[in-house]
Amino acid sequence: MNILVSIKQVPDTKVIKVNPKTNTLDRSSAPAILNPYDAHAVQEAVRLKQKHGGKVIVLSMGPPQAANAIRKCVEIGADEGYLISDKKFAGADTLATSYALYKAIEKLEKEQGIDLVLCGKHAIDGDTGQVGPGIARRMGMPPLTNVINVESVDTDNKLIRVHRKIEEGHEVIESPLPCLLTVEKTINEVEYAPLPNMLRAARYEPYVWSVDDLEDVDIKQLGLKGSPTIVGTMWPPEKSSGAEMIEGSTDEQVSRLLEVMNDTQELLAVKGGDGA
Amino acid sequence: MSIEEYKDVWVFIEQREGEIFDVGLELLGAGRELADKLEVNLCGVLLGNNVKNSAEDLYAYGADIVYVIDDPVLENYRTETYMKAVGDLVRKYKPEIFIYGATSNGKDLASAVATEVMTGLTADTTMLDINLEKRLFEASRPAFGGNIMATILCKKHRPQMATVRPKVMKKPEADFSRTGKIIEEGLGLKEEDLQTKIIDIVKSAKKSVNLEESDIIVTAGKGIKDEKGMAMVKELADTLNADLGASRDVVEAGLIGHAHQVGQTGVTVTPKLYIVIGVSGAVQHTVGMQNSDVIIAINNDPEAAIFNVAHYGIVADAFEIVPKLTAELKKALDKEGVTTNG
Ligand SMILES: Cc1cc2nc3c(=O)[nH]c(=O)nc-3n(C[C@H](O)[C@H](O)[C@H](O)COP(=O)(O)OP(=O)(O)OC[C@H]3O[C@@H](n4cnc5c(N)ncnc54)[C@H](O)[C@@H]3O)c2cc1C
Ligand SMILES: Cc1cc2nc3c(=O)[nH]c(=O)nc-3n(C[C@H](O)[C@H](O)[C@H](O)COP(=O)(O)OP(=O)(O)OC[C@H]3O[C@@H](n4cnc5c(N)ncnc54)[C@H](O)[C@@H]3O)c2cc1C
Repeated sequence: MNILVSIKQVPDTKVIKVNPKTNTLDRSSAPAILNPYDAHAVQEAVRLKQKHGGKVIVLSMGPPQAANAIRKCVEIGADEGYLISDKKFAGADTLATSYALYKAIEKLEKEQGIDLVLCGKHAIDGDTGQVGPGIARRMGMPPLTNVINVESVDTDNKLIRVHRKIEEGHEVIESPLPCLLTVEKTINEVEYAPLPNMLRAARYEPYVWSVDDLEDVDIKQLGLKGSPTIVGTMWPPEKSSGAEMIEGSTDEQVSRLLEVMNDTQELLAVKGGDGA
Repeated sequence: MSIEEYKDVWVFIEQREGEIFDVGLELLGAGRELADKLEVNLCGVLLGNNVKNSAEDLYAYGADIVYVIDDPVLENYRTETYMKAVGDLVRKYKPEIFIYGATSNGKDLASAVATEVMTGLTADTTMLDINLEKRLFEASRPAFGGNIMATILCKKHRPQMATVRPKVMKKPEADFSRTGKIIEEGLGLKEEDLQTKIIDIVKSAKKSVNLEESDIIVTAGKGIKDEKGMAMVKELADTLNADLGASRDVVEAGLIGHAHQVGQTGVTVTPKLYIVIGVSGAVQHTVGMQNSDVIIAINNDPEAAIFNVAHYGIVADAFEIVPKLTAELKKALDKEGVTTNG
């Protein structure tokens, strides 16, 4: 069973800073990492490969530096990595991103056969969760989103059974292969890389493809040109003009607090009434 | 494609077993404002099995028209069936704007439909508006882990689509005097033709608390340190008849269950009063509580980020001020003796 995992290199959003003058993200302020959800997707692919054989292929669209994220996947246990990198991909929204990835997957599918595609639930930067379902639609595969458990894979009958997280719990759903899953972090624990993987990863060079390496590409559907959405204005999230600070001794603070809460007196009275 | 052919504002109405999710009603409220600005109809899209009877209820929340497809195959959500149904409706009736609740299934559906009809989709929005001059939908959303807000536009494709986070828009008051009309369509899919099968739906045990419904929440952060601090906060909460919230660090320290966690990986809450004690104010926490009506923060660090989202801030040692506050509140609420006896 050949499993393709689509992975993205992202800035670590926990530490990223916003440039207050331009209201844009200062990418140099944050290290580039493998999207954490994608690490779980690779781990799941490795787990399935160990059980059912085949290989794990990772694919990413991004600048040349994204090769580092692919190396991280090799550490986790991926066999092969492909990076599609071209100026023509730049500025893509999710529709154009899924188109480019679809074209690459189509080529890999022709060359070596793909039985299952895995994506993260979302990327922590763009944070839309729309790329996975978009790829599935283009490949004509059923998308199974928010997967928390792969219950079973029946390679003879080409069936997969997974648990999808929904608001009230989870649903158990069965789909023919090939299909596409987007995974939640709870699907597994990413294991520490064994030493041989680390050594292999350190020297690993992914295959790099430009637009010209893909087949039957409609250039109009790529990058900024192929993107129906554009990012208009950006601004830092509402830092409400700041809190009104309640100063003074503890007693003074407490009595002012009571006044403030008095504004919600109606609420307190009703609630208090219940209890008494 | 001529953009002018596209009219009306559509809202996807998610339901399970005939029960309509609140987010759909919230979006009818938000959609009403958009439709009024554009002077067009507001339409609900209701799919399912035996759901037709619920369609008329949607008029009360602002819908002028409800598109209904009622078919046994639509009993449970599946991408392949819902995408076909919604895609057909969009191609036939051509909405100008189409919004969906950003639930698991709402996001799944919207992403598939966007690819199917080749249009733009803005994810997880929290603010919606219309630029009337350009007749453009302005959908704004947090991105980069909440570090930035961005307005996303879709100029040349229709419908302009967005998913909207639950609990961000206000559910409108129902007005049962409103009327509207139902337009029913068929699906044209048979169970035998479908690829995916739902084997089971497993509902998780009812949560012990449901903070999403709370009017008052008192939240404890790592600043309360241990069980003793937790007991102190709980007493304040009990006095106010409030529910207890917690930051992730407090949950991970085992001081309270995960159902109490507020934030990105917990629940999103919008109480009338949110009192937050000893929480530093990481974005992963504040995304879950910043839309509360009144936020009071207590922290001993004047630089704590929580003061950026709070309406009232108190720089103080929680162990000093919280017991005093509880005592004064008990007096004020004339509840002495009631809560102390349990
Ligand atoms: C502030 C801001 C807001 C944006 N808002 C929107 C919006 O609302 N709608 C929209 O259409 N676009 C939006 N974009 C553009 C969007 O971020 C890009 O299209 C991005 O390439 C993919 O979206 P994502 O990061 O949300 O990925 P997601 O859809 O969240 O990623 C899900 C999964 O898809 C796979 N994947 C995603 N990207 C790649 C990749 N490059 N290579 C390989 N696999 C990948 C991974 O498995 C990943 O886990 C926005 C961009 C910015 C800067
Ligand atoms: C992917 C991801 C998801 C996350 N999801 C969530 C989530 O859903 N919810 C969540 O809450 N967090 C979440 N987090 C964690 C979040 O980033 C913070 O680490 C967490 O919110 C910090 O908890 P805290 O404020 O209680 O603790 P701390 O950051 O340790 O803050 C303790 C605060 O207490 C104050 N303090 C100390 N002593 C006193 C005293 N005596 N009196 C008054 N104040 C005092 C300190 O000044 C400090 O500000 C997530 C993180 C990640 C990476």
